[in-house]
Amino acid sequence: MSEATTGFGRRKFINWFLGTSLGGLLLMIVYPIVRYISPPEIPEATTNQVEAGREDDPELLEKGYKIVQFGVEPVILFAAGPRDFRAFSATCTHLDCIVEFQKQEKRIFCNCHGGVYDLNGRNVAGPPPRPLTAYRVDLVETTPGQPATIVVSKA
Amino acid sequence: MARATERVLAWLEERVPVSTVIELVKHKTVPMHRLSVYYYLGGMTLFFFIVQVTTGILLMLYYRPSAEEAFESVEFIMTVVPFGWLIRSIHSWSANLMIFFAFLHLATVFFGKAYRKPRELTWVTGCLVFFLAMGFGFSGYLLPWNKLAFFATKVGTDIAGSVPLVGEWVMRFLRGGERVTGGTLSRFYGWHVAILPALATGLLGLHLLLVQLQGMSVPPSCEKEAAERRPLKFFPDFFLRDLFGWLVALAVLAALAAFLPWELGEKADPFAPAYKNIRPEWYFMFMFQTLKLVPGGEIAGIEYEAIPIMLFNLAGLLLVLVPFLDRGIVRNGRSPGFTAIGVVAVAYIVGMTAWGYHSWVPVWVALGSILFIALLALATGRKRRAR
Repeated sequence: MSEATTGFGRRKFINWFLGTSLGGLLLMIVYPIVRYISPPEIPEATTNQVEAGREDDPELLEKGYKIVQFGVEPVILFAAGPRDFRAFSATCTHLDCIVEFQKQEKRIFCNCHGGVYDLNGRNVAGPPPRPLTAYRVDLVETTPGQPATIVVSKA
Repeated sequence: MARATERVLAWLEERVPVSTVIELVKHKTVPMHRLSVYYYLGGMTLFFFIVQVTTGILLMLYYRPSAEEAFESVEFIMTVVPFGWLIRSIHSWSANLMIFFAFLHLATVFFGKAYRKPRELTWVTGCLVFFLAMGFGFSGYLLPWNKLAFFATKVGTDIAGSVPLVGEWVMRFLRGGERVTGGTLSRFYGWHVAILPALATGLLGLHLLLVQLQGMSVPPSCEKEAAERRPLKFFPDFFLRDLFGWLVALAVLAALAAFLPWELGEKADPFAPAYKNIRPEWYFMFMFQTLKLVPGGEIAGIEYEAIPIMLFNLAGLLLVLVPFLDRGIVRNGRSPGFTAIGVVAVAYIVGMTAWGYHSWVPVWVALGSILFIALLALATGRKRRAR
């Protein structure tokens, strides 16, 4: 049968066959590579509560704040007043830097791009688009008469 | 000796066409005019690239790409390994000088309109190599695993994450997960020593091949002068001048590395606040400063910060496409509009960099570079008196 009568001759079939095989082969090579370079989702152990030391922690007294490891998240813990401890996510909502608490200015500040948050974690100046996530802080007296232990938990 | 060389050449000639290559080199010339000094800038960038490859391979012998060991291994290179301080310092300085000369090369090619037909592809490959060089800088910055690099990488990758639709995937892809961790370090190491070098070698090879095939472009304003003057022989005249420049560059590199050794800083700590003056490499400073000025907020689900980022990406794309956009240069040999855009872009980059550093140094460096090139042009571009 000639090519003209069928419209789909031997040559065309072979070209189509080779083309698709080649495409398929390429896909078989590229797909695993693309999947491989996309990092797998790794479930992280959920942390609900951490002990952040005692209320007379020298670092806390001296600098006015400390960064607490809440699982893999950094959380900033500071004293807004006597026995008034507050904790917020320490990750700046702008571009992911870690914030600090400035005792003198009474504010949370990000050194990367000058983002400012108030003592309630609200973004008040600079580029941050959202407030910092708040954490709950409890003072637990384990031994009477001794300084209490600061416990930070998810709000 | 001469006979031995001849015999080796004859032996080779029977197998590969050596004489064709020699003939080509013998006949290669470089146009001479008052801006001929532009032709040395690409070669200078190439020199620093060669230094990068050499010192980079040497650093790989001791460097260990993990969060636990990276900082310590660089410390080891700098304090224990003989001449380790020199190799690392040269690698850091040469990286910066390479980007600096690539900037100059790009600017002179742009203002000299060397991208016009038939050199569009040379321009495109050059731009891509330039972006790769910035990728080298960004990935290499993290490798010492110090605080400055850690936060610069956090910010840099988070920036990518703010682009709508694809941003999230790009960020995870760059970081190798949700956060900047040791996993990011291995990934950046892979990019820095394998993927980017492979891409750069291919693209740079193509770029250089195109330059050889097409020869040097003459700026439109110098065409008359270049036609009247005798061109310079590439070998040995231009080659020796190039070599002289490289020698000076090597001396400058050694002096910088010895007298202003590159700092290592403090080891990165994912649980420490960013300290003051966190900043990226100087060539990202203008983008960093722009981002600093954007207020927080959202419009149509897009965060404000994503807008300048998308604009910078668009500017990068337009830069690559310049030869296809500039129709004036094809039609009547002039394109003052593009020159004006170029001047504004350079002024923006220099101004924002100066603002970012709160210093006039970037302005002086830019003006100094222009003055330096102008002086070199005066010294080398004049017509030699016939003897």
